[in-house]
Amino acid sequence: MAKNGKASSNGKAAHWVGKKLKRKEDPRLIQGISHYTDDFKMAGMLYCVLVRSPHAHAEIKAIRTDAARALPGVVAVFTGEDTSAVGGIPCAMQMPDLKVPRHPVLATGRVRYLGEPVAAIVAEDIYTASDAAELVEVDYEPLPVVIDMEKALSSDTPYVHDQFNSNQAFTHTLKNGDIEAAFKKADCIASQRMLNQRLAPIAMEPRAVIAEYLPGENRLTVWSSTQIPHLLKTQISVMVGLPETAVRVIAPEVGGGFGSKLNVYAEEGIVPWLAMKLGRLVKWNETRRENFLATIHGRDTINDVELALKKDGTILGMRARILADLGAYHQLLTPLIPQLTALMHAGCYRIPAIQIDIVGVFTNKMSTDAYRGAGRPEACYNVERIMDIGARELGMDPVEFRLKNFPQPKEFPYTTITGLTYDSAKYQESLKKALKLAGYDALRKRQKAGWKSGKYYGIGVSTYVEICAIGPSAATPAGGWESGTVRIEPTGKVTLLTGASPHGQGEETTFAQLIADELGIDPGDVNVIHGDTLAVPYGIGTFGSRGTAVGGTAAYLATQKLKAKMATLAAHLLGCKPADITIGRGRLSAKGGKKSISFGELVMSAYTARNIPAGFEPGMEATHFFEPSNFTFPFGTHIASVEVDAETGEVKIEKYVGVDDCGNVINPLIVDGQIHGGIAQGLGQAMWEEVIYNEDGQLITGSLMDYVIPKAHFFPEFTLDRTVTPSPVNPMGVKGVGEAGTIASTPCMVNAVCDALAPLGVRHIDMPLKPERVWKAIAAEQSGGMDPLPPELSSAAKRGTSAKAGKSSTRRRP
Amino acid sequence: MKKNVTISVNGIDQRASVEPRLLLVHFLREVAGLTGTHIGCETSLCGACTVLLDGRAVKSCTVLAVQADGRKVTTVEGLADGDKLHPIQEGFWEEHGLQCGFCTPGMIMCSHDLLEHHPSPSDSEIREGINGNLCRCTGYQHIVAAVRNASRKMSKRATARAGAR
Amino acid sequence: MIPANFDYESPRTLSEALDMLASREDAKILAGGHSLLPAMKLRLAQPSMLVDIGRIGGLAYIRESGDQILIGAMTTHADVAASKLLLRSSPLLAMTATQIGDTQVRNRGTIGGSLAQAHPSADYPAAVLALDAELVVHSRKGERVIPATKFFTGMFSTQLHNDEILTEIRIPRTPGEGVAYKKFHHPASGYAVVGIAVRVKMSGGKIDSAAVGITGVSDIAYRATKVENALRGKPAAAIADAATHAADGAEVLGDYYASTEYRQHLAVVITRRALDQAAGAKR
Repeated sequence: MAKNGKASSNGKAAHWVGKKLKRKEDPRLIQGISHYTDDFKMAGMLYCVLVRSPHAHAEIKAIRTDAARALPGVVAVFTGEDTSAVGGIPCAMQMPDLKVPRHPVLATGRVRYLGEPVAAIVAEDIYTASDAAELVEVDYEPLPVVIDMEKALSSDTPYVHDQFNSNQAFTHTLKNGDIEAAFKKADCIASQRMLNQRLAPIAMEPRAVIAEYLPGENRLTVWSSTQIPHLLKTQISVMVGLPETAVRVIAPEVGGGFGSKLNVYAEEGIVPWLAMKLGRLVKWNETRRENFLATIHGRDTINDVELALKKDGTILGMRARILADLGAYHQLLTPLIPQLTALMHAGCYRIPAIQIDIVGVFTNKMSTDAYRGAGRPEACYNVERIMDIGARELGMDPVEFRLKNFPQPKEFPYTTITGLTYDSAKYQESLKKALKLAGYDALRKRQKAGWKSGKYYGIGVSTYVEICAIGPSAATPAGGWESGTVRIEPTGKVTLLTGASPHGQGEETTFAQLIADELGIDPGDVNVIHGDTLAVPYGIGTFGSRGTAVGGTAAYLATQKLKAKMATLAAHLLGCKPADITIGRGRLSAKGGKKSISFGELVMSAYTARNIPAGFEPGMEATHFFEPSNFTFPFGTHIASVEVDAETGEVKIEKYVGVDDCGNVINPLIVDGQIHGGIAQGLGQAMWEEVIYNEDGQLITGSLMDYVIPKAHFFPEFTLDRTVTPSPVNPMGVKGVGEAGTIASTPCMVNAVCDALAPLGVRHIDMPLKPERVWKAIAAEQSGGMDPLPPELSSAAKRGTSAKAGKSSTRRRP
Repeated sequence: MKKNVTISVNGIDQRASVEPRLLLVHFLREVAGLTGTHIGCETSLCGACTVLLDGRAVKSCTVLAVQADGRKVTTVEGLADGDKLHPIQEGFWEEHGLQCGFCTPGMIMCSHDLLEHHPSPSDSEIREGINGNLCRCTGYQHIVAAVRNASRKMSKRATARAGAR
Repeated sequence: MIPANFDYESPRTLSEALDMLASREDAKILAGGHSLLPAMKLRLAQPSMLVDIGRIGGLAYIRESGDQILIGAMTTHADVAASKLLLRSSPLLAMTATQIGDTQVRNRGTIGGSLAQAHPSADYPAAVLALDAELVVHSRKGERVIPATKFFTGMFSTQLHNDEILTEIRIPRTPGEGVAYKKFHHPASGYAVVGIAVRVKMSGGKIDSAAVGITGVSDIAYRATKVENALRGKPAAAIADAATHAADGAEVLGDYYASTEYRQHLAVVITRRALDQAAGAKR
């Protein structure tokens, strides 16, 4: 593995790690012969459709299900009264003052967000179930709706949960250093209010659940499109009241998650319960509409950020007040997400004092929870935006300002003011490499020339650090370790059982690469099994850029255990000491290389066990539960070059450069793919995406016709490069890469657009930077406006109605 | 009232009596048992359900099975020639044009239509050509590379075939 | 995702289709299905019968007839976009078709279906207005020809009666004219936030006549006659001023993506850009 210069533990050069190996999972996927949950069709399977609330907040007065039940083909209809014994949807967070409302799988008494399920239909086929759903009549008495999170904290607001007498779910303060003094002695204070809008994760595969219950065996099997099969297994057993040993969860092919499937949902309680109640297989598929309504959302915070500065560009302190819209209920990690924002609010800078105050707020919306980056994109956005604004206030180049405040490479491990220990970094190196790759100086020259001809070019820089490999268990709500079991089968083929449950990350390939190097075999001989709780020892899952750094390390360390065992047996058979055995190229050799045994022979002799040392356990299998000692902290620099059409507000992304450092790289193709996808989602937030609820709690952007998922032609080619600073936290020196692109790109893009419009006086524009916002921001600065609107149009403006509203007003469906 | 339909799917006639409202995508998945064609939305936007109908890419969630009666449908399962992958499939594999794989069948079928009409598309023609297919994993970067790769392969093979004649 | 049930008929002739259509009050015509089926899947539309006109022979064509080009109602957007005849003799419609939806939608969606649906943000209405197209409509009573300028009556509403089928679109050749379709796309739906179709006839450095069709701006596509009048007999330099009248008299739509104020502004800017392009002017 020439590129990273890493050698594996026994001193041999790595052969597979670092190679652009084609993925092992691809043949089944490109031929359409893989199986996502919805692809399973079993004999006797019933179909479930949920009836959902068309109101954001209402009392349920009555539910009439007779007509639905009477429809031929309908097997059963259940409401919240029937499912009252099913356990609530869990929240894993424990905080002293956290208000935790009961979160039923089907609403009883009151609905608190648009799309909350109120009844479950089960029918012989999905067409009939859909027809029956139309026949369920629910009498609602609408209640006042809590939508605006600032108003939600005022004294005359209605409550989402009456029993709390408040919409404030929690407060959290992170304070360190003498923050008051920092702001007192500042030469300059940069401050900005910034909205981090609500997003929808939109994995391309909507969620799906199948459940089968066999009463004789007392076995409940649940197939679910999830990132966390083991945690889900535990929670399902609690929800349906079965011993955990009776529950098996299978995450088959999972079509993307981005955090949205790092959760336990109502349907994952309802569908197993239905299967048990009816004694039949039951399947539920989410529609995209339901995915918008009732799969978690991300972000949604209001941030007031201040930076105290000395004239020479030294940062003295950072303050932020963050309101976080949690939605109506807590999903699995809802209250945790804003706290990650606080933790990462020092960015990659030397900041001597900090205070972050967070208020979590209940509103009548779907819950927010972990969406790619989960709290860290919000932190990076606050920090990188306020850095740019600070640089402008000081009249410094944003690059120079950043360089001045980076810790030096020799200072690592570096303890931040927020109490984290950053493992390793060379921020200067990635920044310099990115500047060169982007042609920064030439871009600045062109920008200045552009001003003369009325062209608005902008250059955005963001230097990010993120927290990955989540994480040490002490810092996570449900365990931060991961498991790996390596088994060499009697024929010499290797099975890896990993608790990490990938859903597009390519771990069947990368984990095979790292094991192949350790055992001196071909990655084709390593079969990676994941996502079946009956086959795989307990694990945590894939999220938080932890798959390789935690799950991969568990597999690596399990392999080390096996290697020691192999060496013991080989030494016994070859008549030398275990320490003298080397493993490679399909053989185990004694020192000097004269005596050796083939990999296959050795493994077979561990199974035949006729000639083994005293006390040697037959077989060839080892498990490791890896508990990381720290997080890892990938970092890098992204640069965007844009042109803004000041007349329409349209932004053209001309160039996008990313230099990322995720430590050692196992498969460069896969790492690039992760960065690409991350950038696309980050730019999606910066430019296009927004979940909008209107004042009645109706979802305005609740379909792919309205919510903008970036398309291929929105992007230029991304230019990527890397620096490699191995992490000391794990033996492979890997850091994680799944979220880096998302975290870096959002502020990078907004910095670029605000940079382009700086000559017009524009300081900040909230995301998404849709053309109208950009146009309005320019107009606001151009007293009199660029194209002033004649007064008669202002009245016309008020008459306007939306085409979409007109279309759907005939019939409102959640 | 049910209708009898016969749809040629990947060269095999699939006969069934179906409700007129049965969508082609459900016909393919439930009747023909070919689940490589995926469903990602109900607004004809995501393109995951793209198949070829008489050789042209269409969104099979927005075609009724009865409309396809008597016509030819090609799904992703019908692209490879036995064990030999189609050059577009090879392109996606070699260039890492997929991650979770859910959009991939639709993306491949749409690329098939594109390359049929533009054998050597520019990058921007590729981007425009697949703008009816959403991918949330790749940022489309490696997908563009995959289609480029397939275009090269298909041109080379076409030239070789022409030369052989 | 699942439409409500309906009866389905697939006539082989136009007269059969017209009989079936007349037999049921809420029967709907199914052409390409790219407007109707999505609405039915969300159960926003629940017709009790669909008359699929996709199997009637001879409704998909593009051919010349005298001064006109005739386009069968079942002609797909893809075929309109690729028509050599159109590109040579009357390119505006083809330029418009290339900007509709995406590959798959263009392969399936039809010009007749799109016009009959009269979506306020559809692309074709702008072009047929600018082209002074004629829309040929059949019913059991016979044939009538509706000028495009009279065809659209409101959001999702046209002159078409329930028992009528739009069968043909007739457009003029536009030799020597500059034409352009400029569109400000909605980034999600691909519909026109503003779509401006223009024809400009120039002679001796002056604009003889201009036609401007506008979609997306109001609940009904319209001709910007004030713009057209302000250009007659003027040099191309008059375009900027004339374009400011693009939304005069229109009830401008507003939504979360583009407010009335912004849409109004876009109508002016995009009209100017379309006219500039058609007039060959550089700004």
